[in-house]
Amino acid sequence: MKANRSGAGARRPLIDGVEKVTGTAQYTADLPAPNALVGRIFRSPYAHAEIVLVDTAEAAALPGVVAIVTGQDCDKPYGILPISQNEFPLARERIRYRGEPVAAVAAVDAETAERALKLIRLKVVERPAYFAAADARREDAVLLHDNKRGNLEREVHNEFGDVAAGFARADLVREQTFRCAEVTHAHMEPHAALACYEPERGHLTLHSVTQVPYYVHLSLARCLDMDPSCIRVVKPFIGGGFGARTETLNFEIVCGMLARAARGTVRLDLTREETFLTHRGRPESDIRMKIGMTREGRLTACEMEMVMRGGAYGGYGIVTILYAGALLNGLYDLPAVKYDGYRVYTNTPPCGAMRGHGTVNSRFAFDALMGEMATELGLDPIEVRRRNLLKAPTETINGLRVTSYGLPEALDWVERASGWRSRYGRLPKGRGLGIACSHFVSGSAKPVHWSGEPHATVILKLDWDGGIVILTGASEIGQGSSTVMAQCVAEVLGVDWERIRVVASDSLVTPKDNGSYSSRVTYMVGNATIDAAQNLKKLLIEAAARKLKTTPEDIECLGEAYRSIAGGQTLSFNETTVEALVGTGTLTVKGNFTCPEDFQGGKHRGGAVGSTMGFSYAATVVEVSVDEVTGLVKVERAWCALDCGYAINPLSVEGQIQGAVWMGLGQAICEETRYENGLHTAANFLDYRVPTIAESPPIEVGIIESLDPNGPFGAKEASEGPLSSLPAALADAVRNATGLALRELPLTPERVAGALEAREREQRAAARKSARQPATEGAA
Amino acid sequence: MKRILRIRVNGRWREDALADNTLLIDYLRGPLQLTGTKQGCDGGECGACTVLVDGRPRLACCTFAAAVEGCHVETIESQAQNGRLSPLQQAFHEKLGAQCGFCTPGMVMAAEGLLRRNPQPDEAEIREALGGNLCRCTGYVKIVESVQAACAAKEAA
Repeated sequence: MKANRSGAGARRPLIDGVEKVTGTAQYTADLPAPNALVGRIFRSPYAHAEIVLVDTAEAAALPGVVAIVTGQDCDKPYGILPISQNEFPLARERIRYRGEPVAAVAAVDAETAERALKLIRLKVVERPAYFAAADARREDAVLLHDNKRGNLEREVHNEFGDVAAGFARADLVREQTFRCAEVTHAHMEPHAALACYEPERGHLTLHSVTQVPYYVHLSLARCLDMDPSCIRVVKPFIGGGFGARTETLNFEIVCGMLARAARGTVRLDLTREETFLTHRGRPESDIRMKIGMTREGRLTACEMEMVMRGGAYGGYGIVTILYAGALLNGLYDLPAVKYDGYRVYTNTPPCGAMRGHGTVNSRFAFDALMGEMATELGLDPIEVRRRNLLKAPTETINGLRVTSYGLPEALDWVERASGWRSRYGRLPKGRGLGIACSHFVSGSAKPVHWSGEPHATVILKLDWDGGIVILTGASEIGQGSSTVMAQCVAEVLGVDWERIRVVASDSLVTPKDNGSYSSRVTYMVGNATIDAAQNLKKLLIEAAARKLKTTPEDIECLGEAYRSIAGGQTLSFNETTVEALVGTGTLTVKGNFTCPEDFQGGKHRGGAVGSTMGFSYAATVVEVSVDEVTGLVKVERAWCALDCGYAINPLSVEGQIQGAVWMGLGQAICEETRYENGLHTAANFLDYRVPTIAESPPIEVGIIESLDPNGPFGAKEASEGPLSSLPAALADAVRNATGLALRELPLTPERVAGALEAREREQRAAARKSARQPATEGAA
Repeated sequence: MKRILRIRVNGRWREDALADNTLLIDYLRGPLQLTGTKQGCDGGECGACTVLVDGRPRLACCTFAAAVEGCHVETIESQAQNGRLSPLQQAFHEKLGAQCGFCTPGMVMAAEGLLRRNPQPDEAEIREALGGNLCRCTGYVKIVESVQAACAAKEAA
């Protein structure tokens, strides 16, 4: 179908872009609330302790303090996964990480609230605290959660295919350990919430920075013990998320508790340091990876052990540790896989979902080792990947369905764009090229809460004015989801862009949506939007037929007009709308999307995690130069080709890929949280280093369109898949430049220089030894 | 202690009683309701609060309001004139230099400061001038392209 100016395939600027460049876009902290009280959170200075007393009497007596809440005010645990709800908005009985919220204050102004915090007395009995997974797993370790032996939140053990036979028939088997530092989302907008409680009606309205208003709504109802119909959750403009905001966060509930206690409105803006402490990032991971390969480069088997330092509470942890193993499959043709995963509770801020959820660190280990083995076998690393491609459609050994697969074309693209054939292995000293591949789901085929509802529901409203309003619960967080939905409507109906408006994520007016995570929105909500637009189009065609006294089959939709093919008469869009409203009034139509059950993964325990209707596929080449004196890795350029099925908005797809590549580079070269005795010592942008514009490379993007059979216009996700290839591609490039296989992220100058020095020492020692050798012989 | 300060904000002279330790960002976002200027960090780390003071980029979160007495402070809200986006705003919109948009006001103001003193910067100069402005969405590729497009548009105009 021919793309119109605003429909599918058009490079549309964001539908909410003007507000962003003019500064009129209102983020949560920008919302006017002139009489709002100011909220502040009292956080634990202890990493692990039994609470004896939280004494707030003195603070409460301070003039200007309106409300104080503590763990005593909420005894309902919450958590994103129904099976691991073990967190309270304010700690009760036990504190499990340094910085955990213990109490909160609402006061007339910030100064008063901060003074009140200083008057809160916390008495505790300290317990041994564990900041490393290995320490928490020790046999004599105190349990963070009484029902979790060995401080293991979840162990996963599974084996698909014949792993022993696979290794037996391999010509080369290699096993290495890898370590990835903990990283965090570092979205630019600090966390914030604004809660308004109306005591006369018992209603609560919360504006928050969430990616998942529906889950926040559920948690508020649960923790505040309120009927959900008395709660309204609104998502204003959001300054990024990357997964940090895909579960209810403590401050959101705390803000609601404060507003109710104060019987008024409370603004709770977190500092950047508190935003770091709220965390939910990618866990520190220790990985043992073993791969078998034939001398031709065919994969025969893989065995991985993954230990994740999960932090103090469950969160998404079970899903993360399952993803890490499940998505070893689905990228290459891998005949046998054994996976042992351990998610460990520690006294550090809770980890969660971060862009590329669960898959990034295992992909790093897999693809980095694959590259090392290719070198050892004297094979070109791109060629090795070609020899292990899947043949779609297919089903993997762990029950994941692959229905569209553009990885071959993605490899061709990066090979060509990077000049791989003429340059690989021929670059000057200290310069190198590296490659890796990756993939990610376009929405989890099985939702977190299985309620029997469709996976996505969208409402379109068309009224007398001819304006089409898309009502959706999908959270626009900067990724461009509202624009994609508008383009879906523009494509189906062919109407002018100006007719379309999007209202996103206000529980009072928009339908429930599970939210923006696991890259589900374009695929699932996009499909629901198309369905809704087709339903609307049907009503308009019927109306035009009525007015023109003909049959619906005779009516042609021209977008801004409807025409009788036989009679040749036309009605304008507005005339058609007027007719469509006769006898029924305002048109509201619904569109749905449901993932069929046969896409929902294998039948083994946890088998739903990783299942999806469409995987995106990425191939990435990175070029680096390494300063052999300072150890500084400079990324000169990156090329990434992504099979996103179909680019509904190529401009947006480019932006997503570039952002993902860059975020992956950040993890690979400089990002790392740090704790000293549980104290976060990098809770700011100076110590937690994200790359600045000055050190970020040009990133060239290739869009591969494999036209997924079930995606909206063939589209799949475009934002998470590319990220996972970066750490391996970068490590591969550094190895190509230096000859050193570095298996610990990030590759900071200290680590690289340390490895270079160590090698030099070894070489000198070897040289000394061989120099001594002939002398000894001479004497003998 | 509060003093009456005379500050020109977005072309208009204002007189407001402000405490000596009032930060410029709090003055802009509070009494003036100019919330386009963003607070992204705990002080001087991210550049989201960049405004122009007498034409030069400055971090509003590290500047006392009293320190800009008598000066001209320009914020993102002043950039669109008569319903027309500035060349930088237009370019950031069309080239997708803004994704979530949170860093955008600071980014646009820092770029505006650059273009006023150097209307045709090369890529290295753009990257240097925006080195204090963090963005977590774009990987900066389309930000550089946006600034370049704005230069080209200005040249053509």
